[in-house]
Amino acid sequence: MGRLIIFSVAMLMSVDKQLLSGQNNAVSIDIVDGYLRYHDSAEVTLAGLNIHIPARAWTCILGRSGCGKSSLLRYLANLLEDRVDWAGEVNTHPPCDSKDQITYMAQQDLLMPWLSALENVMLSTKFGAAHSSAKKTHLMVDKAHALLQKVGLKDKANYMPQQLSGGMRQRVALARTLLQDKPIILMDEPFSALDAVTRYRLQNLAYQLLQDKTVVLITHDPQEAIRLADQLYIMQGRPAFAESLTVPKSVTPRNFDTEFAELQQTIMGRLEQDYE
Amino acid sequence: MSELTRVEPITVDPLLREVKSKQSLYKSLLRMLVSAAVIIGLWQAVVVIFEMPSFILPSPFAVFERLIERHQVLFKHGWVTAQEIILGLLLGLSMGLLFALQMLLFKPVKRWLLPLLIASQAIPVFAIAPVLMLWLGYGIASKIVMAALIIFFPITTCCFDGLRNTPLGYLELAKTMGATKWQMLRHIQFPAALPTLASGIRVAVVIAPIGAVAGEWVGSSEGLGYLMLQANARMLIDEMFAALFILSVLSITLYFVADRCLKKLIPWEA
Repeated sequence: MGRLIIFSVAMLMSVDKQLLSGQNNAVSIDIVDGYLRYHDSAEVTLAGLNIHIPARAWTCILGRSGCGKSSLLRYLANLLEDRVDWAGEVNTHPPCDSKDQITYMAQQDLLMPWLSALENVMLSTKFGAAHSSAKKTHLMVDKAHALLQKVGLKDKANYMPQQLSGGMRQRVALARTLLQDKPIILMDEPFSALDAVTRYRLQNLAYQLLQDKTVVLITHDPQEAIRLADQLYIMQGRPAFAESLTVPKSVTPRNFDTEFAELQQTIMGRLEQDYE
Repeated sequence: MSELTRVEPITVDPLLREVKSKQSLYKSLLRMLVSAAVIIGLWQAVVVIFEMPSFILPSPFAVFERLIERHQVLFKHGWVTAQEIILGLLLGLSMGLLFALQMLLFKPVKRWLLPLLIASQAIPVFAIAPVLMLWLGYGIASKIVMAALIIFFPITTCCFDGLRNTPLGYLELAKTMGATKWQMLRHIQFPAALPTLASGIRVAVVIAPIGAVAGEWVGSSEGLGYLMLQANARMLIDEMFAALFILSVLSITLYFVADRCLKKLIPWEA
């Protein structure tokens, strides 16, 4: 009996690997001399932007609202294609078509109200050219269940989004992001609408589950950025450019200590200048 | 980890909500019964106090008697009208959906169709009823088309608005997941449009009987509208009221059935 279970688990894992092969490579991104301007605006949003996004690490981009950090992320997610002028290079290493490697996580959880938590996690299986066989679908259901368990919502699989709290909804969104299993994850302030403790817990959970991913997190909250960043950028100016900041050497997610507080104070001072 | 896996309390307990909705159903039924009793009481009072002649306003009891006495005739004609309304609803609904989809998918079609759609509303449906009788005959078909025409506009606009106003975030999420235009429509835009479409259907269910009955007035040999005209000509006012009663019961039932179904099918609707 025990051997049978081990055997079937091994089977599952090997199929799983086949299914995902070629997608789980680590990818790093380099943005060189980026320039972005919306077609309907005379003002240049980004100029002279240089950002290095290392593979399998968290890159946090900090800036006040409206500084253009969202525009950058949306450009990377390929959501602005015909609405902006872009100049500069976006190099991925290893070279690949970056839009196939990306998952986008927005500020709202964007759960479809007509789908259950489980169906929401599996949303991406409905799209794309991938012809889903019965076997693959079955596998995806198992995977979705496993992910819901990982985010601590095992018993909520059949709940509708309206029945879940804000924190639970964002955890379902996290599971949905993980099911897509792309190497790059773009996060647009996904924790900003949550209360402080829920946010703290979700940051920990996201950190834990996204360890082998290349994560780009944009935020206006210095605390969040310092807690999670392996690489920290601050975006300022008009048009905006990015500047790298040194982060504490301690491991992420960082605890609040003196170094943390000092950095936060420095960043606050820098950001404050932007409002004058 | 144990700290993370601990779940927060659920905001709404589904079981509790069901019980509540049952309670509210009984309450609303009770309210309806009470208001019906009050109206009948007032009606009887008016008849008694002002000594209304029965050919102007019959007493509710006379109407009730007539209802029992002529129930077979009333039901026969009621069934015809019900068929007209339901088939008209189905026809109008599918036409409206088709129109809205075309306008959404093909931009030039929208430019050409929208003026046509608005023009179709500028012409009162009653005014073209005689033409419909001429083309489709005095049977059930012309009434179905009347009912369909009268609901066509609200259905089309609601459906189109619903499809067009999908939350941008949903569309962007689907786009980053690599959705094609068709997949987007099928899995995101259409379900997201359902609550708006539902309000269109609610309006349609209320106004479709108007189209059917007006069609019967213009020319028919059966249906509640026909029965009312006949009764009116023969001064059988109590029969007219009986027909009117059947018609209102029909419309109200239809509305509540539609409302229940829509609430069941679209539970996320606010």
